[in-house]
Amino acid sequence: MAFKRDKKEEEDGGGNIFQNLEKTSVLQEARTFNDTPVNPRKCTHILTKILYLLNQGEQLGSTEATEVFFAVTKLFQSKDVVLRRMVYLGIKELSSLAEDVIIVTSSLTKDMTGREDLYRAAAIRALCSITDVTMLQSIERYMKQAIVDRNSAVSSAALVSSLHLTKVAGEVVKRWVNEAQEAANSDSIMVQYHALGVLYHIRKSDRLAVTKLVAKFKSGRMSLKSPFAICLVIRIVSKLLEEAGGEWAESPLFDFVESCLRHKSETVIYEAAHAIVNMKNTTQRELAPAVSVLQLFCTSPKPTLRFAAVRTLNKVAMSHPAALMACNCDLESLITDSNRSIATLAITTLLKTGAESSVDRLMKQISSFVCEISDEFKIVVVQAIRALCLKFPRKHSVLMNFLSTMLRDEGGLEYKASIADTVITIIEENPDAKETGLAHLCEFIEDCEHTSLAVRILHLLGKEGPKTKQPSRYIRFIYNRVILEKAVVRGAAVAAMAQFGAACPDLLPNILVLLARCQMDSDDEVRDRATYYHTILQCRDTLIANHYIIDTLQVSLPILEKALYQYLQNPSPIPFDLKSIPPPSAVADDHVAASNKIAAEGSISSTAPKLSKPQREENYYATKLNNIPEIANLNGPLFCSSEPVQLTESETEYVVRCIKHCFPHHLVLQFECLNTLNDQLLENVWVQLEPSEGYEVVHSIPCPRLQYGESASTYIILRFPDQLSATIGNFGATLKFVVKDCDQTTGLPDTEEGYDDEYMLEDVEVSLSDQIQKVSKANFGAAWEEAAGYCEMEDMYSLASMSSLEEAVANVTAFLGMQPAERSDKVPQGKSAHTLFLSGFFRGGQQVLVRAKLALADAVTMQLTVRSTDQRVAELITSTVG
Amino acid sequence: MEGSLLEPTLYTVKGMLILDNDGHRILAKYYDPAIFPTAKEQKAFEKNLFNKTHRANAEIIMLDGLTCVYRSNVDLFFYVMGSCHENELILMSVLQCLYDSISQILRKNVEKRVVMENLDIVMLAMDEICDGGIILEADSQSVVQRVALRTDDIPLGEQTVAQVFQSAKEQLKWSLLK
Repeated sequence: MAFKRDKKEEEDGGGNIFQNLEKTSVLQEARTFNDTPVNPRKCTHILTKILYLLNQGEQLGSTEATEVFFAVTKLFQSKDVVLRRMVYLGIKELSSLAEDVIIVTSSLTKDMTGREDLYRAAAIRALCSITDVTMLQSIERYMKQAIVDRNSAVSSAALVSSLHLTKVAGEVVKRWVNEAQEAANSDSIMVQYHALGVLYHIRKSDRLAVTKLVAKFKSGRMSLKSPFAICLVIRIVSKLLEEAGGEWAESPLFDFVESCLRHKSETVIYEAAHAIVNMKNTTQRELAPAVSVLQLFCTSPKPTLRFAAVRTLNKVAMSHPAALMACNCDLESLITDSNRSIATLAITTLLKTGAESSVDRLMKQISSFVCEISDEFKIVVVQAIRALCLKFPRKHSVLMNFLSTMLRDEGGLEYKASIADTVITIIEENPDAKETGLAHLCEFIEDCEHTSLAVRILHLLGKEGPKTKQPSRYIRFIYNRVILEKAVVRGAAVAAMAQFGAACPDLLPNILVLLARCQMDSDDEVRDRATYYHTILQCRDTLIANHYIIDTLQVSLPILEKALYQYLQNPSPIPFDLKSIPPPSAVADDHVAASNKIAAEGSISSTAPKLSKPQREENYYATKLNNIPEIANLNGPLFCSSEPVQLTESETEYVVRCIKHCFPHHLVLQFECLNTLNDQLLENVWVQLEPSEGYEVVHSIPCPRLQYGESASTYIILRFPDQLSATIGNFGATLKFVVKDCDQTTGLPDTEEGYDDEYMLEDVEVSLSDQIQKVSKANFGAAWEEAAGYCEMEDMYSLASMSSLEEAVANVTAFLGMQPAERSDKVPQGKSAHTLFLSGFFRGGQQVLVRAKLALADAVTMQLTVRSTDQRVAELITSTVG
Repeated sequence: MEGSLLEPTLYTVKGMLILDNDGHRILAKYYDPAIFPTAKEQKAFEKNLFNKTHRANAEIIMLDGLTCVYRSNVDLFFYVMGSCHENELILMSVLQCLYDSISQILRKNVEKRVVMENLDIVMLAMDEICDGGIILEADSQSVVQRVALRTDDIPLGEQTVAQVFQSAKEQLKWSLLK
């Protein structure tokens, strides 16, 4: 009978006496607090209700909160312990909502210094939550006493509160360092831990003090019993080691971390292993002990320990796959772990370290539970698969099938995007996988809710589709998008179709029909695009189609925008010259690729790569240089900038880097100087240059002042020689400056008078690649045909120093500074001949196309054909190669 | 692998959570204003977390960039969250402490109804374990000592009778349910 009633009661409200609470009625009840004498039980219950409501996310207005707060303060009259403690909680919760909360300061101070131990600790914490800088002065004395109190709860509470207070009153808390020091010697393990935290926080900006602090703990003068505290020391030590750079391997600090691997607490052992794994530049020998304790953890009955171990091993797998060979057996046994996260991590780790033969089996294992894990882990799996595809190209069919199944599953944008990225990478890297990959992507866009992904895939289809054996099969998928999707996707689909029209003459009539239909679209942009492409394709002129559809306008868009804006500001009778706009740097693409790669290799939590970076870099120098009047007045905009070249060793007194900026007729050399001497102030820094013949120094812009630790630039403007062959040369360079000795700490010069000094730099080399901007060509064949009318130069070379085609391709590409087209920079394995296509723009906007036929016998022989709009450029290239 | 070296700080715990078996919040504490600043985001996270964890008996999960360790009993779910680079074992010891203290406070009757009846003490216990993200105490004995305030006001005899009765009822209930 009783059981039945229980059951009924549970169904009613799940036994929740706090269900269906109304904010207004509870606030009404809070008036009971004002009654005298206070009824502790009743008031505790009401206060609990209020706190429960707040915890459920109920919002209190400022007036409501203040009212409740003042009612709560009345409860200080009661001596009931529970009620008093709940009052403290209430004060903490309301302190951020209510006004005038400092009114309870005196009551709390009384409790804090009183004799009732059950009050004191909690009162300190409540007091500190309502205190501001001005009030802190008055309770400072009590805080200092509390930190060194014999009661561990009181001491801990005071230490923790002071750490919270550093946010508002860091300077005041710094004065308590002696008390914290004393507390660190306490017998209570938690007090020790908190004291250590406070000490480190106070001293963290002072490296020497931190080192001393660590040394004290290490030497055993202060014995640490709390595992938490030792973990904290390990973290401090690894931070010190990281800041110290490379020379830590022999340091006693590292020995300390290593010795923690033999601690009796698992928490400490794991922390130490984790720290070692995450250190930079570890060698396999240093990793080995950490890996072996993690291996032990893999067989622990505790899921958390297994998880922690396998997660850290997964990190090792990224940097040192070989170090994990011994663990493979243990990891295999984790594949079937009941915790899906552990299993996933185990599999991805194995995928990184494993052999080709085990791939099939592992993939089967993953697919059995992939739908049950969270998106974060799915992304980890996808990244592992991507790495695997690149490692074992022959396994692409298994992996591709798996990816397509994952694409069909539910998932967020980030997850889907990572799969699509992986498929795209595979398509690009592995020609065998192209057709299947495209087919999977086609299927995916059939029901893809993410617009940005659909647009990307359509763009890819337009680029890659026409080059497949059967381009017609993709048209249906693309046209379906036109019928079913949003305007943005429709627009992308129209553009993709036009690509097919331009590249596949036999499909052209059909495409024209489809485009004509799109001209009726309801959206302006889609209609515009359709009309544009339809008109171009109707001419049936491959040259025009090639120009306006496949290889569209190749200019740097931000610079074009700026130039057009300027043109509109000062209209001139001369028509705007598109040639004056430099082409977009292909380097930007590399940056995106690089940042993507870093993100892919990062840990699970890596955020999306910031795509704005390359944009910024492209514009960065142009804006910076434009701020210098002498440079801004040069003819024409900045054409391209080289990567920085070091002109000194990296560890010298002055570090100088040179960046070569190429303008149509001028060369600007930017010398970035860094002063690493803290007792010197440099003034009037400039570079004396001995230019090679034909160059003329137009201007030299010195750097007026170079303080310690700062870097600043000095510039030299040179005019290119008219004779192109003379543009390549070496310039001797010397850094000249006035030195003023100065005080090490303040950086102020000791004397007014300085003395002249100089510093030899390495030669500045101006090469061909500095004058060429990379441009990618999607359809090199067409562009090459089109360039048949340009001047052509051809020559044979024997590249005796190179022993393989890959090496030759890399060297030629780097020497010319041009962009390889159609992935011709990848040499298929086992071939003895290869053709490399390169394209670029010479400064001044002269187009250059290069075809290099390479053959491998004993050495590499190269037949180089250059086509350019300018005879002299072609001559220059053929004459400098070799 | 940027940022995976742990910053030496005492701010270890990002949140503590007790949910019932429908995924509703009983008590929740979030200590880092940077994560889930509004109640709406918190509730969404809790829903997601509950969905991922209420069936799998797995003890640890990574979600929304947080490492969450958890434990369930009858109709309650206890969670402790930390940053995704945090030492999982530290979080685990906090969870252990949370569970053990509540279990001792409620005299091993860890279920929703009893938690609700003693909500004030449970609140105090959570407050004693973690203060603004810093682990204040990880030993359940000490926590219980600091909050076990009400034992004195129930007369000894009455307390034991109530206790015996309660546990007898529980046992009967569970044997019937099995």
